[in-house]
Amino acid sequence: MTGSIAKIKQKQMEQLLSKGKRLDDRGLTDYREITLEQGIIERAEGSARVFLGKTEILVGIKIATGKPFPDTPDAGVLTVNCELVPLASPDFEPGPPGEKAIEIARVVDRGIRESKAIDVKKLCIKAGKNVFVVFVDVYVLNHDGNLIDASALAAVAALLNTKMPNYEIEDDTVKITQGYTPLTLKSRPITVTIAKINDKLVVDPQLKEEQVMDSRISIAINDEGSICAIQKGGAGYFTTQQIKEATKLAKEKAEEIRKKMGW
Amino acid sequence: MKKKNKKLIDKKGLRMDGRKPDELRSVKLEVGILPNADGSAYIEMGKNKILAAVYGPKEMHPKHLARSDRMVLRCRYHMAPFSVQERKSPAPSRREVEISKVIRDSLVPAIFVENYPRTGIDLFIEVLQADGGTRCAGITAAALAIAEAGIPMRDLVVACAAGKVDETIVLDLMDTEDKVGSADVPVALMPNLNAITLLQMDGILNPDEFEEALNLALKGCKKIYEMQREALKTKYVNLKEVEEQ
Amino acid sequence: MPILFEKRQIVTPGELLAEGEYTAGENSYLEGNKIYASRIGLVNWDHKRVNVVALKGLYNPKIGDIVVGTVKEIGFSGWSIDIRSPYVANLRAADVLSRSFKPQNDELSQVLGIGDLIVAKISSYDRAHDPQLTVGEPGLGKVTRGQLMMVTPTKIPRMIGRKGSMVSTIKQETGCQIILGLNGIIIVTGKNPENEQLAMKAIQRIEDEAHTSGLTDRITQMLREEKAKREVSKNEEEK
Repeated sequence: MTGSIAKIKQKQMEQLLSKGKRLDDRGLTDYREITLEQGIIERAEGSARVFLGKTEILVGIKIATGKPFPDTPDAGVLTVNCELVPLASPDFEPGPPGEKAIEIARVVDRGIRESKAIDVKKLCIKAGKNVFVVFVDVYVLNHDGNLIDASALAAVAALLNTKMPNYEIEDDTVKITQGYTPLTLKSRPITVTIAKINDKLVVDPQLKEEQVMDSRISIAINDEGSICAIQKGGAGYFTTQQIKEATKLAKEKAEEIRKKMGW
Repeated sequence: MKKKNKKLIDKKGLRMDGRKPDELRSVKLEVGILPNADGSAYIEMGKNKILAAVYGPKEMHPKHLARSDRMVLRCRYHMAPFSVQERKSPAPSRREVEISKVIRDSLVPAIFVENYPRTGIDLFIEVLQADGGTRCAGITAAALAIAEAGIPMRDLVVACAAGKVDETIVLDLMDTEDKVGSADVPVALMPNLNAITLLQMDGILNPDEFEEALNLALKGCKKIYEMQREALKTKYVNLKEVEEQ
Repeated sequence: MPILFEKRQIVTPGELLAEGEYTAGENSYLEGNKIYASRIGLVNWDHKRVNVVALKGLYNPKIGDIVVGTVKEIGFSGWSIDIRSPYVANLRAADVLSRSFKPQNDELSQVLGIGDLIVAKISSYDRAHDPQLTVGEPGLGKVTRGQLMMVTPTKIPRMIGRKGSMVSTIKQETGCQIILGLNGIIIVTGKNPENEQLAMKAIQRIEDEAHTSGLTDRITQMLREEKAKREVSKNEEEK
């Protein structure tokens, strides 16, 4: 979907891969360099910026009060949205989120939700009436591949940095008071994306690799090393063996990132 | 996912609808039911009732979406407003947009898209009644519609989910199990090439449980595949019998 | 390993047909040393070539094919023709007029209007370009008479029969003229509607039973029986 790549480049990439090498000198299972900054947007209740190689993601967290969903009256609401900001790539068009942005948002959402990172019960102010709504807005500022992992990482980092407003209930109305309480996370899910190119599994694909990949699989791993979300993407397939390899790889890589982040 | 105290598996190890953990719901498949479509199919899987229709390949409109080296598959998964308990707004939700995308990704590997450059096919999946596992049932029906349209395919595609409820790995979750259970793993398979073209998961599974769920889902896929193939053949076998009477 | 199916057995896309030293014919493909079906149809093979006679398929234009098409749009210097294929064909004004086309003098809609039927030959076509048609040969051009039938394009070869035997039988027995467009459109023109009906009945039967054997004999028999019946009723009327 993102542009096309010169045939000669593709050939070069395939030749390198067959020798276990990649365009940017990484090994097949190496991540690009990850840098993380937290709390860079003061007006947001939480924020983080992640660089994954040249891919740049900014996540801002806004907290609002709102009504709970009728089927979960005592639970707060988590909303993840992703914007492929037009300034980040010639392929990003202005307008409402397309399927690519929606997929990223929903995969990030799934990792956080299913790992139960946020205790939604704690976001309840008054059951059935008032709850906190956590808005996670993912901003893609530069696209050089693997937006899912970078977005998921930035989202968790931003949540770890989030401060919840203090409040009082006065005559049945919620009053926000001075000061903040940090949001505590019960899990820090890490998402690992693996691309399949020429039947080889490659961790953390950069954009040029995504342009030639058959398919990809993103696997979110929680603190205990269990899987909490999976998404296969791309118009190709995996064999059962490759899925097994990928889940094993994802677990190892998640561990590695967890250590690096100090989570 | 919510935890409720409701028991999903009874003392005999049976599920709410009396199924064993590794048992599929009843599946009914019909091919070629919409006369205007180039290919169509209908599936009932438990209480799911889903229609799939294919139009094309044909000239791509708008033209700039056409690709010079392949056919483009456009897919729209949509739920009828009356398909669920609370009326669903007919406008496509984010969930529907995502499911449309993963369904497309699950079918494209099976189609010889390179055979018809510059063209497009439109695939419509309309959920008339939903009871959990609609994306999988939709894929199974869509593959039949594509085959019936005479579009060349590497393999059929068949899909089925497995998951975890009450600490047990179970096959083909219905709506309540999906909502109350602790994990759901939808899988699509090209059965002859042993290629997995859709894999999603939500919930929590440790790696061993995941493998068990994946294998169970694949077993389910293979069972449904036999029915899928029969449904496709039946359309032509019936024709022959009628003529010979 | 040998071929896994008997001849004329129904297969579905993805079914393994043969393994080993075989080549993939129509509606099948080779992966490694295995041959799989790519469409629903009937298995067939001769020598080392395995193929599937598709029960449902699209029309793929080929240079030299005779097709029947309908005028869909009148353009600036020619017509767009619907030939029931994934691609819309073009017919140039110059080809029809047999001279260079002058936009100021020639009103294209008076030559061929929307909905007009033509018999044409595909003169050029490739992956990057839509099919180009020509009518500059005997027997081609606008069609104004006859009955139109749509059939599955993949069954046209069955209607032609071995060395044209099937279609000549129908022509002979009914006295109709039959144009078989390879895109699955057939024009039947006869002396009277009864003959046309009879020919169409035969064609419909081939469409329905294309995947069965002994068809030529059954068609001949059917045509003769129907004709005999008509003779009887005619004689009775005369009496």
